[in-house]
Amino acid sequence: MLVRPKSGILDPQGEAVLGSLRQLGFAVDDARIGRVVDLKLENGDPEQARVELERMCDQLLANPLIESYEIELVDDR
Amino acid sequence: MIAPELSPRIGVITFPGSNDDRDAALALASLGAEPVPVWHGEHELPDVGAVVLPGGFSYGDYLRAGALARFAPVMKPVRALAAAGGLVLGICNGFQVLCEAGLLPGTLRPNRSLSFVCRDVALTVERIDTPFTARCTRGQRLSIPIKHGEGCFFADSELLAEVEASGRVVLRYEGESPNGSVAGIAGIVNAEGNVMGLMPHPEHAVDPLTGSTDGALVLGSLVDAARRVTALHAAV
Repeated sequence: MLVRPKSGILDPQGEAVLGSLRQLGFAVDDARIGRVVDLKLENGDPEQARVELERMCDQLLANPLIESYEIELVDDR
Repeated sequence: MIAPELSPRIGVITFPGSNDDRDAALALASLGAEPVPVWHGEHELPDVGAVVLPGGFSYGDYLRAGALARFAPVMKPVRALAAAGGLVLGICNGFQVLCEAGLLPGTLRPNRSLSFVCRDVALTVERIDTPFTARCTRGQRLSIPIKHGEGCFFADSELLAEVEASGRVVLRYEGESPNGSVAGIAGIVNAEGNVMGLMPHPEHAVDPLTGSTDGALVLGSLVDAARRVTALHAAV
């Protein structure tokens, strides 16, 4: 799961990193910092897994007021 | 007539990582209450007239401040108490927990400066008709310390408009907000007015030895209100 601050939400961490990257001489327009959550699931069914992951994000992993999330499923069997 | 000598029992919850629980208990005791320690793993609350969620770093502030504490067993009876109109006060981390638990609107984000801020701040009291500010006067200026890294109150424009329109802001930072809070919001109540959260630490401002005693106005108001609740229960 990729959880990140919604667009328009002030991200002080991103701003601090943006400043440092510019100081290093990189031409960067914007920086936003989110969070990656890797989970291993027992459930092998991708549809069910997605529903479950959405519930996890809504209930705990993301704060819907300030964060959006994306889910990526990887089959590593 | 409520006997002034009645010491209302006020629960103070300890989560793993709470660190102002004992200061909160000491402050409440100095104001005439009987603090009752409550462990986060409890499934029921003891017989108390109010509950305080203290400051600290519950669960190490992992994920988001307050995000994990809201699943502690004790939060179930705290929700029930809040739903029944019982008095709940969240200070600093306790405020973050109440927001994450959905008992208060909005959320607390990392300070705009990214710096941990620890100093006395000036606050304006906007509401005195709450159980937490009845000892104050409207517009009164309070000096109470803050000490937090994640105290930037955030609500999107729609929610903020609702919070303002319904008069839920109880305390506001005077001048520039020390943490980037929208509209300088330092403390809010729920719609019913029985649940309050604030970032400043009233429990650190009750003894002239450490400076301001303005925190006693907030906690003293809570003690008064808890005393009324306790007297009411005793009368039933």
